[in-house]
Parts: sequence; C-alpha cells; structure tokens
Amino acid sequence: MADTGLLEALLRLLEKVDGGIDSQDVAADLGVDHQLIVGAVKSLQALGEVISAEQKSSKRWELTGEGREIAEQGSHEARVFNAIPDEGLPQNELMKMPSGKVGFSKAMSNKWIRLDKAHEGGPRVFKTVETIEDTVRDKLQLVQKGLSAKLEDKEKNELKKRKLLSEVTVKSYWITKGSSFSTTITKQETELTPEMIASGSWKEKKFKPYNFEAMGVAADCGHLHPLMKVRTQFRQIFLEMGFTEMPTNNFIESSFWNFDSLFQPQQHPARDQHDTFFISDPALAHEFPQDYLERVKQVHSEGGYGSQGYKYDWKIEEAQKNLLRTHTTAVSARMLYKLAQQVNTHTHRLMLVSPLFSSDLTLLCGIIFQEKFTPVKYFSIDRVFRNETLDATHLAEFHQIEGVVADYGLTLGNLMGILHQFFTKLGITKLRFKPAYNPYTEPSMEVFSYHEGLKKWVEVGNSGVFRPEMLLPMGLPEGVSVIAWGLSLERPTMIKYGINNIRELVGHKVNLQMVYDSPICRLDS
Amino acid sequence: MPTVSVKRDLLFEALGQKYTDEEFDELCFEFGLELDEITSEKEILIREQGGEKAEGASDVVLYKIDVPANRYDLLCLEGLVRGLQVFKEKLEAPRYKRVSPADGGEPQRLVITEETASVRPHAVAAVLRNITFTQERYESFIELQEKLHQNICRKRTLVAIGTHDLDTISGPFTYTAKPPGEIRFKPLSQSREYTAAELMSLYKTDSHLRHYLHIIENEPLYPIIYDSNGIVLSMPPIINGDHSKISLNTKNIFIECTATDLTKVNRFTLIITVCLFVCFNTFFILFRVEEAEVVYPDGRLSVYPELAYRTETLSGDFINKRVGINESAESIAQLLTRMCLRSEVSGEGDLIQVEIPPTRADVIHACDIMEDAAIAYGFNNIVRSTPRTYTVANQLPVNKLTELLRQDLTAAGFTEALTFALCSEEDIADKLRKNITETRAVHISNPKTADFQVARTSLLPGLLKTIAANRKMPLPLKLFEISDVVLKDETKDVGARNNRRLCAVYYNKSPGFEVIHGLLDRVMQLLDVKPGRNQGYHIQAAEDSTFFPGRCAEIFSCGKSIGHLGVLHPDVISRFELTMPCSAIDIDIEPFL
Repeated sequence: MADTGLLEALLRLLEKVDGGIDSQDVAADLGVDHQLIVGAVKSLQALGEVISAEQKSSKRWELTGEGREIAEQGSHEARVFNAIPDEGLPQNELMKMPSGKVGFSKAMSNKWIRLDKAHEGGPRVFKTVETIEDTVRDKLQLVQKGLSAKLEDKEKNELKKRKLLSEVTVKSYWITKGSSFSTTITKQETELTPEMIASGSWKEKKFKPYNFEAMGVAADCGHLHPLMKVRTQFRQIFLEMGFTEMPTNNFIESSFWNFDSLFQPQQHPARDQHDTFFISDPALAHEFPQDYLERVKQVHSEGGYGSQGYKYDWKIEEAQKNLLRTHTTAVSARMLYKLAQQVNTHTHRLMLVSPLFSSDLTLLCGIIFQEKFTPVKYFSIDRVFRNETLDATHLAEFHQIEGVVADYGLTLGNLMGILHQFFTKLGITKLRFKPAYNPYTEPSMEVFSYHEGLKKWVEVGNSGVFRPEMLLPMGLPEGVSVIAWGLSLERPTMIKYGINNIRELVGHKVNLQMVYDSPICRLDS
Repeated sequence: MPTVSVKRDLLFEALGQKYTDEEFDELCFEFGLELDEITSEKEILIREQGGEKAEGASDVVLYKIDVPANRYDLLCLEGLVRGLQVFKEKLEAPRYKRVSPADGGEPQRLVITEETASVRPHAVAAVLRNITFTQERYESFIELQEKLHQNICRKRTLVAIGTHDLDTISGPFTYTAKPPGEIRFKPLSQSREYTAAELMSLYKTDSHLRHYLHIIENEPLYPIIYDSNGIVLSMPPIINGDHSKISLNTKNIFIECTATDLTKVNRFTLIITVCLFVCFNTFFILFRVEEAEVVYPDGRLSVYPELAYRTETLSGDFINKRVGINESAESIAQLLTRMCLRSEVSGEGDLIQVEIPPTRADVIHACDIMEDAAIAYGFNNIVRSTPRTYTVANQLPVNKLTELLRQDLTAAGFTEALTFALCSEEDIADKLRKNITETRAVHISNPKTADFQVARTSLLPGLLKTIAANRKMPLPLKLFEISDVVLKDETKDVGARNNRRLCAVYYNKSPGFEVIHGLLDRVMQLLDVKPGRNQGYHIQAAEDSTFFPGRCAEIFSCGKSIGHLGVLHPDVISRFELTMPCSAIDIDIEPFL
C-alpha cells in the first residue's frame, strides 16, 4: 500500500474538484513522480468504491535533451550570431565553437551572417543584421511551459525533425469520486478469520472485494477416462432395459466359438490371416462339447435343420485354431449354447443322477425347474481384435457393444422395436433400416440414424436375427428366435467428445489433458 | 463389401428411367445396396495421380455401388439392372437354360488327365454361342470376370475362369499338368513365346499378375489347357494364351473354370461361378448357352453348366410370424417374385412354392427366403413393436466390482488410463527386466508389427507408456487402470484366461512409495479387508526384478499373494523413456469377488 499521506493528499485534491482530475495533474500539483500517483490510485481502487479511476492515454510534446539545452541557451544559430563581434571572426575559429557547424549553416540560411572568403588572413564571418529574433528558442520555451498547443503542427514537426521535440504517449488516470468517497482511509480485510467470527469484529470490518473474473484453483482429483464414461452409460442403458451382462473376460477364443458355431464357413475371408490375429502359443483349443461339435460339422458340410449347408469338408483342425476374438458374438454363442443346455439338461441329468446324487433334493429340483426354456436378454461391452490396417479411426482393438434377446416368436419388427428403444435412450429417435449381409444373421439390417448436423443418414450399428443353422445345432427349441445388434463404443465416444484421431482417445498416446477436461457423459443430451 | 462401378447414363438407360442421385440412393437403400460414391474416371485420376494425368480422361458420371458380400449375382451392371428391374416389377426374372449343340452336333469336350490331381484337379466348361458384343458389353463381360475372380473365386485361389474365342481353337480340349520347363506358349499381350518358368519371372514385376503367382509357383507341375492341335488356351490360374483371346468380333466363346483341391467347396464354387458367369451374360447379350462335356481321369463324364433350379415350399404363416407382418400367401408370393425368387401359392392352405434360380447360391434356408420377403415388403414398412420378453438384469460380478473401484480410485486422486491389450514382447519382458519365458504370455502368430506380438501380462507397461507420451503434463502424474491381462492356463478349453488386475503408478520427483502404499490401504479399505496377517492384508519385503532392490513388497490378502508394490527399478524407468522416480502397485482383484 502506498504511503497513507499521499493517498489522503490525493483524496483532498479530489474533494475540491467538481468532476474529476487527471493523475498527471495530481503529480504536478503535489510535486511527486507520476508513478507514485499511479500506485496511490491502485491502492485506493483496492479499497472499494472510494474512487473510481479510468485509464486514459494522451499524447504530449516534450523537449529532447538538445531541445532543453536550446530553450536555456538559445538556438545554435543564435549562439553563433552572438559570438561574432562587429569586426567579424575567422571562419576556422567559429567552427571550433560547440554550436559552430550547425549554427553557421542555419545562420547563413537565415541571412544573419555572411562569409568573406577572400579576406586576408583567411575566410572571415561578419554579421549582416543588427539584431535577431531566436524563434526556435521561443517555440521550445512555449512547449516547455506546456503550451505546445500554441504551435502549428508544421512547426512542431519541423522541430521534431531537428530532434529538438519528441511526441510521447502518456498514460494517466482520470480520477473521480466513488460511491463511498471519503478523505480518510480505512484498512480493508482480505479474508474472514475464525477470530473475527469469535469476536464479532467482522461487523465493523470492510472486506477487500474478490476478483470474480479469475479462475478458481483446479480441483485436486482424479479423472475417469472418457471412453469408460461412455461405456458406463451404455452399461446403464442395458441394465435399465433388463439385459444381463455376459462374461466376456476371455480375449482368447477358439475358431470354433468365434466362427464355426456362428455358421461362418471355414474358407470365409474373415478367417484369413489378413483379418484375424491367430495365436501361436497356445495354438490350439483342446476341449469342445463333442456332440455339439458334431452337429456344427454336419450343418456346415451337409446341411440339416432345413438348410442346404455349405457343402464342404469341415475340418476340426480349422476349428481348433486359437485366435484373439474378432467379435463378442463368440461369447453370445457360448451363452446361447449354455442356455440350450439348460433346456436339455432335464433328460440328460436325470439319467446321470446316481443314488449319491438323489439324496441331494435341491439339485434335483433345480434340474427339473430348469427344463423349460427361459427367455433371456444379454449384453456385453468389451474388447475385440482385428488384424487390420490402422488409420485415424481404426485400431487393432476396439470395444464392441452387443445386445441379444432370445425368446419364442421374436420378429424382425421386434428387433426394430427394441433398437428404437435402445437408440432413444441414446438421444437418437429417427432410425431407418437397410438390408445387409452378415454370415450368421438372416435377415441382417444396418441401422441408420438421421444426423441433424450432417443433414444425412449415417450408419450407427448392425443388427439381425441369428440363423437357424447357428441356433438349432445348439439345441435351442425350434420356435425360439434370437435377435441381436452391435455397434462400436469408440465411434459414439469420438462424436460425443469431438475427437478426430482415435489414438488421442485410446491407448498410451492419449492426451491426458483431454481426459482431465472431459465433461460427464449424458448420452441423451 | 464388393463395389461395382457403373456408368450412370448406361445404368439409367438399361433401367429405362432417369433418377436424381437422391432417388437412386433411396432405391439402393431399400434394396440393400449403397450408393457409395458419385464420381468419374477423370475425378478418380485427379485424386490418385494428380491433375496432369487426368487430362483427356472421361468425365462420364460413374456410380460406385456397394453390393452385399453374398450377392454375387449383382456384381455387374447387367446383374444390378436385372435385380432392380425385377424388384420394381418392370421385368420378369429370366429363366436360364442350356441347349444342346445345333444341328445335332457333338458338344465341346474337356478331358482332364490324372496329372492335374496334384495341383488343380477340378475343371468345368461351357460354350456361349452367337454373341454380338458392343464396346460396353465387352467391357462389362471382362469386368464381371474380374469381379468374380476377386470375390467368389477369392483372388483366384479357389477358382480361375478362362474365356476363349472358340472359332480360333478346336476341341476336344485337354486339361493336364506339366513341368514348367516343358510348357511353352505366347501369353496374352506378349509378342513372343515364353516357357512357363520364364513367365513366372516375367510376371514377378507385373502389378496385377504377381498376386496370383504364389498359387502354383512352388508346384512341380503347372496346370495347362491345350486344344486338339496343341495350342495353349491357358495356364490357370495365371494367364491365357494369346492365340484364343476374345475380341469385340468374337461370336462364340469357350469358357473353362479350374479349381484347386483344398476342399469340396471348390467344386461347388466352381459350379456356381460358371453359372453366374453364363447367366449374367445371357441376360443382356443375346446368345445361347451350350452344354460342354467334361471327362474325368476315371472316365466319368459330366455335362456343364449345371443350371439347376430348386423348389422350396414354405408357409405364408412362417414368413408373417418371423417378419412380424400379416400378408396373404398370394401377396407374399408376389413379394418373393420381385426378389427373383419366382413363387406361387400351391393351393394347399397358405403354402408357397418358391423357385431358387442357379444364380442365388446364397439361398440355403427358409430364413433366406424370409429375408427376401421382408426386403421386398420394405424393412421400413414393418411395424416396430417391443418384445414382451420379461427378464431381470444382472451385472457380471467382476465388472460390477471394477465399476465401483474405478469411481473410488478417481476419488483418491488417480486418473484412469485405457491402454492396449496387445503389445510387444519387449514391453512385458525386457523393459520390465523379466524373461519372456516366465511371463505366461499368449503369443500372436501373425502380427503385422511388433506392437501386436503378445497379449499383455501386466498393465504396467501401458501405464508407463502413457506417462512417456504425456511428459509435458504437470507432475505428479497419478494413473491407474483396472482391466484384463491374459495368461496361459491349461485348465481352460482354449489354454488361456483373462485376469482382472488393478495397476496404479505415481510419477514425480520423489518416488512416493508412501503414496502408492496409501493407495493400497485405501483399496483394501474399500474392499473391506482390514490390515492383519491372517484374515486381513499385509505386505512383506520381496525381490522382483522390475522393482528397485529393497524397495519392493509383496501384497498378501487372507494369506494369499495378490500382487506387488514398490519403487520401479531405474532401468525400467529409462527403458520406458522416463526420467523421474516412479512407484507402482499391481494387484489381482479377482480374489475379492
């Protein structure tokens, strides 16, 4: 805080005026440096509404060092003139004077003096007039007195050219009385303290105002990853719709569950080295449900269940090959197979029940009550892997979102109905469906939604009804239909958070600042 | 998904109607096609090779149309037009049939010798008569052959098609196999004769043909087809002879298709391929498909092409129930007919007889017929209804636990990372000062780069790489991840299992062991495990090569080891291109389920 005396002196000056005063004038009046007045203004501002001050800048003419010298001692030409006696002066002597050179040529052009080159004893300078008027000095003195306005612009510019004047920008404050103007200073408190609360002294105190323009201190906290935030929301949506989560924590899968069980023929391009990551260690899966495997083999190679089949030699060696699952549908297949086993356990297990088991009544009851097919709704959101070419929107691994419903008599209309409900929860209400192809669903539909921003229909997912060649060998009852759909988690997340390069979102090249700054995820708003 | 490129004006001329781009896009969408791009040869050249090369190129508008992978019958202009015209009920689906040679002549014959058995044992043949090519039809004919090669023929690995001007050669033809040195002929677009061995080295640099060389390159015998005068028709699947090449003036064509012996499917594919090929062409180029005989080494004789129609019977009720509509059997029969599946109501109840043409090899089950009925009805005309299926939702316990822990770890000041499940061997072994053999890692056989050699066995490398990529961020960096690693496990059917782990790192100017230790205490508090030796958790000094000696402890919960925590070894820090001390915790959370 500036010296209180100065502050009060300033306030007293302000008290006397009607409107306001300029800080430059205050400095001149009080005879102190302008910077001290600026400090005083800032201190007074910090006290609240005592004064109000508005910064302004003005231009002003000032004398240069040389200009000040001339204002005091006269212009160079005047000094030359005055130095010449009536009998004249040798030119070389004149030139030795400090102002000699400049003064000589100016005085010459003013026709105040003349040069006699032919004079005996060398060139000699004589006065030509009796008296002179030193206008340069007069003008500079005017500026020095703050009366530069009396000079014409042309005159000022000429003096500027001679480096006698310079134009400077002066920053000053226009000070007026504030709403709580007073000529005495009260010290303001910065913060409320426990002591003030205890003593009640806060009632008397004045508090320094806060700067509400500034940002707060960053919260000291951790942050969830945006993709995982979106994942949580999708999970929530499925749970709200009554879908049970599938155990997808098995990245390594056999070709059997990833392809064969889905009625995807063994020579299908997706099973090529170019698209799928195969495993060299452990290279082969070694355990399959044998009777089911036989049924899968049959439906591929010969058909059955109303199908022509693919008519090729199905090989167990192909089915055994381990891989990184290319879709979570491999898990859906395992789950549907398991579901079918519950339907069939009844007869199977009863035959197995030995006297040892028959005492276990609960087990028996469990088996009997499970004989009937139970409708299910399943979902999963987990990683899948593709041996693909990488670019700004494709990585070798991504998260697949999948929903599956199995029940008697489900129709294509039901699939579209449930997709409508699902996407409504994502804030997408305009849907339409395009016929598509997928080896394990028939019909297959691509789901399009109308994008208001792009003004066009964009693909948002894939869906279909699982083929009977997939479901019947599992042992599911004939009347049961299974509808399913899938989409990637990354794409909606990139759209939601405005990310163009997938590497900034997923993997170690993530931009942590983006993670820190990303808002909460509400998919429907 | 294959893409067919067609000239817009030709397409509209064939369809007998002009569409705006939007109208045509709409028609495609309904039919299950996608108008992918509207362009021209000029635009493509400008984009791919720059403006100079494109000078003088055609600016005729091209439509690039995506066709579903199973619809081989739509792979050319003719196929598309036929499909769309029948769909719009402007045309009846054509019937394909083959005829015997005119004037009671002998059919052309292809004799397969037993030498082919080792390399490419299957072949079929057909003859097309009385062709009149125009420039466009000729181009379409060639393009269709190429499209079939790329799709159903799997880049010629399964099947290769050869077409020949029948009037330049004379049957019977012999399909045999010979050592490459003994085969000598003038191939297409070359000016002199080459031996097969010379051809293979000649084509090594051919941008198109080099992709097919591997199919026979290492075989002792190469497949070869001769006419009765010893003229070479083709050396499948690489190249045809120049002598029998077809031109705009060709009137009669001999088609041969050959296939490898990997599986039975090849014979099946072969038969379909030749069907598709002749069927498309019948439609627009008016000619006769004439039968040809194929004689096998065992003396068996077959007649091709097999243009077999099959009839399926299904009920209107089945389709109504599966689709969720309520149409009469007559109306369903009409819908199917629009999809080139000629159908009629049989008179018994609501049974419908559906005829599957030889071009629709994708129809193998009643559900395929049901889909076509739904497409013709219009997917978007079907009433959407919510299934009544009543179920109670359950979370997967390990995911439920993960979700709850993630929330509280961020509350503890740690930020969540999301790192790759695949990485290099170096990441999980050398860089962590471990031996790859002790990691129980699952190895990938066909990685395109070192980044995908193994499935991770630890979350730590991913977190350290995340820090390395974010060194500009203010310190300290506190990161965590709860996710799966993959470990070999012989008790599982596939020999491996996932393991859900929690890993966290603290990176700062001082190691901050106490911070990571504090995080362990907090996690245990959240899991409701008290400090203690027996039923609780405790840590005890341990040696682990990843950690700085004397700065590592093993974590036990209820007497069972669940992981480690400690200050990372300086070599680990520098191998991940980091410069500050770092402490870490890595635990298995599955015991807490």
